[in-house]
Amino acid sequence: MTTNEVAHERMGFFTDTTLCIGCKACEVACKEWNQLPADGYHFSAESYDNTGALSGTTWRHVAFIEQFEGESRDLKTPVAFEEGGRWLMSSDVCKHCTHAACLDVCPTGALFRSEFGTVVVQDDICNGCGYCVPACPFGVIDRRPDTGRAAKCTLCYDRLKDGQPPACAKACPTESIQYGELSELRARAEKRLETVAVIDARAQLYGADERGGVGGFGALFLLTDDPEVYGLPPAPRVTTRDLPQMWKSAALAAAALGAGILIAAFGTRDAD
Amino acid sequence: MPTKSRSYYGRPIVKGHIWEDYIALYLFVGGLSGASAALGAVARARKRNFLARSCTISAAGGAAISAALLIADLGNPERFLHMLRVVKITSPMNVGTWILSAFGITTGIAAALEMFGSHGKIQTVAGLGSAILGLPLSTYTAVLIADTATPAWHEARAELPLVFAASAALSAGAWNSLFLSRHDAAVCRRLMVGAGVCELIAHRRMVQRLGALLGEPYSIGKAGRYAKTARGLTVTAVLTTALFGKRSRVAAAGAALAALGGALCERFSVFHAGTQSAADPKYVVDHQRAAGQRNS
Repeated sequence: MTTNEVAHERMGFFTDTTLCIGCKACEVACKEWNQLPADGYHFSAESYDNTGALSGTTWRHVAFIEQFEGESRDLKTPVAFEEGGRWLMSSDVCKHCTHAACLDVCPTGALFRSEFGTVVVQDDICNGCGYCVPACPFGVIDRRPDTGRAAKCTLCYDRLKDGQPPACAKACPTESIQYGELSELRARAEKRLETVAVIDARAQLYGADERGGVGGFGALFLLTDDPEVYGLPPAPRVTTRDLPQMWKSAALAAAALGAGILIAAFGTRDAD
Repeated sequence: MPTKSRSYYGRPIVKGHIWEDYIALYLFVGGLSGASAALGAVARARKRNFLARSCTISAAGGAAISAALLIADLGNPERFLHMLRVVKITSPMNVGTWILSAFGITTGIAAALEMFGSHGKIQTVAGLGSAILGLPLSTYTAVLIADTATPAWHEARAELPLVFAASAALSAGAWNSLFLSRHDAAVCRRLMVGAGVCELIAHRRMVQRLGALLGEPYSIGKAGRYAKTARGLTVTAVLTTALFGKRSRVAAAGAALAALGGALCERFSVFHAGTQSAADPKYVVDHQRAAGQRNS
């Protein structure tokens, strides 16, 4: 990739969760590069995940899912793969949606679409209204407690401009996080799915369908269970799609309010 | 498909709003203010000058309080004016800020002339302007909260504007009646009864259509308690106004206060229903699974 081109291919991530070993190097590299503050010591008792979720100060989050049935869960006896138990690990990140709700609802224009097709917050514009937070169908973006402004993964916008891969992809030791041109990543993901599906029928690509509720993701995932198991929505949808209908309902209600007031004032035989 | 929805340690999938109660309060004050402006303009046309005066001044006061509430909730309040650096129809908050700003100017002029000036052409134009802006000011807030991934809000998008419009009319009628004689408050009483009944019906229809899953956040926890209180107060207000409002000033004032409380509780109920529906992943997962939308 060259750095000085005006027009770029859409860049993105392909996170192949079957390769993730849960080392959290991506979380650390992200925090380091983006100078994000620590979130404090907090023991969740949820497997090896003490991060919990993506937030304004955590832009990569590694999820740990332990799927072991019945008695073998007592941790005293090791469980063999053949017995059906398994670990799922997955590094979650902003999806950089094709139709991004956070970007749509931002009242200041602080969120914008970069030349790489990614969605980025301009820190000097955001006034911390917090509207993007409930708007995101994935619960990704959040307000930083230290700055009072919204923040999330930028796909390392500064590194991309210098022709460098995002810090998490660079740090990932297993190539579970792959960075590149989105069209190429999609092809790679589909090929990988064919391989994995032979071993695990639950394997599925998440975010590759451009006809989906957010028009496809800029960050694809290969999962081996349903999205909700990883804390991801099964059928995310950009709510601004329904905005024309909502504005219409609000206009009708406003008209009804006006009519009601007119009736209350005029629809009477009271003497003035 | 499993009958019990699966999740990641029961953690929320979407993030709920991070607004303070300022915003719930704004939903109430903005509605009261907007509907007051519209009521004021109509009262002016009907030559009900005491009502018009009360409404005009209340609308301006409400606009000022609304702006203060909105600014107080920002992470960077000093950057409030960044809201007005763009015009963005896809952002209900941006559209709403423009409406509130224009409303604040028109209603401010109308109120200033009401208090210190004459009832000239400028006041008529400003009053009409604030009335026209006051109507969308009362209902856009429904779009504001419905345009989120919060299930109990987004799926109620068809009914919420009507609930908010009725609640706005109820509170405007009640508030302004407090400052008027029984004779002058006749319009307020009719508005209260009509709007109160409409609000009760609209809320009920909304929760019924949401169904067992997404109707639940409106009837449990904080939201449920607020909804119950709102219903009780609104029913009391409507009945008292209809039966005794004309005869007793005390009963009318009591009913007005009950109506204001009811409208306020209704807004807090909706506010907390959103919070509750975002906090539990089952509302997101079960709804999306049931909707049978394509995986994207």
